[in-house]
Amino acid sequence: MPVKKHPKIESRAQNFARALQQVFGRGFGPGFWLAVVWLLIVAFCALFADWLPVRDPLDPVIANRLNGPFSTNVLGADGLGRDIFARLIHGARVSVVIGLTAVSIGMIIGGALGIIAGYFRGHFERGLMAVLDIILAFPWLVLLLALVAFIGQSLFAISVAIGFLWIPAYARVARANTLSVVQREYVLAAKAMGASTTRILIKEVLPNVILPVIAYGLVAMGLVIIVESALAFLGLSVEAPQPTWGGMISEGKRHLATAVHVALIPSVTMFLTVLSLNFVGDRLRSRFDVKESNL
Amino acid sequence: MKLLLRKLPWLVGTLLAVSFFTFMLVSLLPGDPAVLILGAGVSPEAIAALRLEMGLDRPLLIRYLDWLGSALTGDLGRSPMTGQLVMDAILARLPVTVQLGLMAIVIALTFAIPLAMLSASFAGSKLDRTISGIGFALMSVPGFMMAIFLILIFAVTLGWFPATGWIPFSVSPLANLRNALLPALSLAMIELALYMRLLRTDLIDTLQQDYITLARAKGMPAWRILTRHALRPSSFSLLTVVGLQLGGVISGAIIVEEIFALPGVGRLLYQSILQRDLLMVQGIVLFIATAYVLVNFLVDLCYSLLDPRVRYAG
Repeated sequence: MPVKKHPKIESRAQNFARALQQVFGRGFGPGFWLAVVWLLIVAFCALFADWLPVRDPLDPVIANRLNGPFSTNVLGADGLGRDIFARLIHGARVSVVIGLTAVSIGMIIGGALGIIAGYFRGHFERGLMAVLDIILAFPWLVLLLALVAFIGQSLFAISVAIGFLWIPAYARVARANTLSVVQREYVLAAKAMGASTTRILIKEVLPNVILPVIAYGLVAMGLVIIVESALAFLGLSVEAPQPTWGGMISEGKRHLATAVHVALIPSVTMFLTVLSLNFVGDRLRSRFDVKESNL
Repeated sequence: MKLLLRKLPWLVGTLLAVSFFTFMLVSLLPGDPAVLILGAGVSPEAIAALRLEMGLDRPLLIRYLDWLGSALTGDLGRSPMTGQLVMDAILARLPVTVQLGLMAIVIALTFAIPLAMLSASFAGSKLDRTISGIGFALMSVPGFMMAIFLILIFAVTLGWFPATGWIPFSVSPLANLRNALLPALSLAMIELALYMRLLRTDLIDTLQQDYITLARAKGMPAWRILTRHALRPSSFSLLTVVGLQLGGVISGAIIVEEIFALPGVGRLLYQSILQRDLLMVQGIVLFIATAYVLVNFLVDLCYSLLDPRVRYAG
């Protein structure tokens, strides 16, 4: 019988590093990290747009009008001679802010409603589901156009309007997960021990529901960016002069025949961003799902 | 039939709620309709007279019941901006949107089903990963972006299809299809990716069932197993999603009709919103939402036709 080796003692830092590696290190592949890096770049641009050494996104230089990439301007200039690169960076701000705010609004309100409905059942659940069904009967763009007409076109108003669209989806996800959590033994045990309802909801239900809800968040953010750009394309997102990616594409449409890059560059930027969000969100979701089934 | 009777009250309830929600949504929009029609700078007496004429002085609930009552008889009012009957305006533009939506769904399904079957039967292979990867990328392209690049490639560069315009089917079927193809394609792409992803997952699930193994053991050819045994049980969630995605198709139609300048319901709605033609907006939203609820009700019924378990448990 071989002598049992003394188990190596690991420092807490080593333990943590290994845990990190277990969650993130295995099997994500270079594509995942490429997407993460791209998202970080976009987030960085959105955050520091005002301090980055780029030209003024609003300054029309007539001489540069419709100039191609790598000429007077790094990524060319648009129909008014404004620098496309600078506009992209400032436009990222709108996408990122609306993406974060709208998803948070949907997540918090929808999530809370879903958890309450899934936990208490009864009339509240039936009523909520009926209302959600009715909201879902309206095509999202129709609802969004009406909401925007009602609450205006400021950055915050657009975020709230798009966030509202996400309440039904999040409420459904949260409710479904709550329903399965409530059946588990540890919730029964907590009830048997006489824990208060608030305590059960916060300590037992919430931590188990929040993971799938957040995992859904990145994919939702990709969709929010698409929704915002569609709105901007129709000229109903954040008002000019603030550059937005959707607005840039809409403007580039006029120059399709002569200067493709005006529409192409913001389109590619947006496509890469949404693709990255979808990709990272999808990978993280499947990773978390696997972990859950191992438990 | 029994199923139909049992679900009918639910349908009526939903439609009532939808109509009420539509009415409230539009009524709460800022701006006095009377002022919007007459324009600013008109005497208060004239505005008051028009308000009286339009019945705006009555309580909201009475106005709702009144509106609903005439809506039930097919009368959605007359647009104060264009002087056209709302119902006539919708019906005149309906064929365009319906054709567009149907073409998009048909295109999406004709490509999604075989691709999903290919993907699922070679799950995990390079082919599967390529198809899934393309589908994944397609889902990240907004409809308007797809439309612009289809215009760029097929209208501007190649010149095969017109970039804008519409010719009714009754005038020239061929020209009609030529005009409709690009808009329908741009609507179809996202749906295609969505359907394909869903059907692939379901098919992979179904292909692991025992009766598929049995069919394989009997020596049944693979394509026959796929089409005869696997597709039907896998098609339920696809059917549901096609129904639910109708809202997405209509939303897409608003944008696509605007880009391609097609005289459809979506464009009418968008322009009515821009002009604050509230009565028109109200009518169109009610029309679309009702259609959506009815289609999904039918999908629900189809479900029971396709799946004997639902039919007999009924």
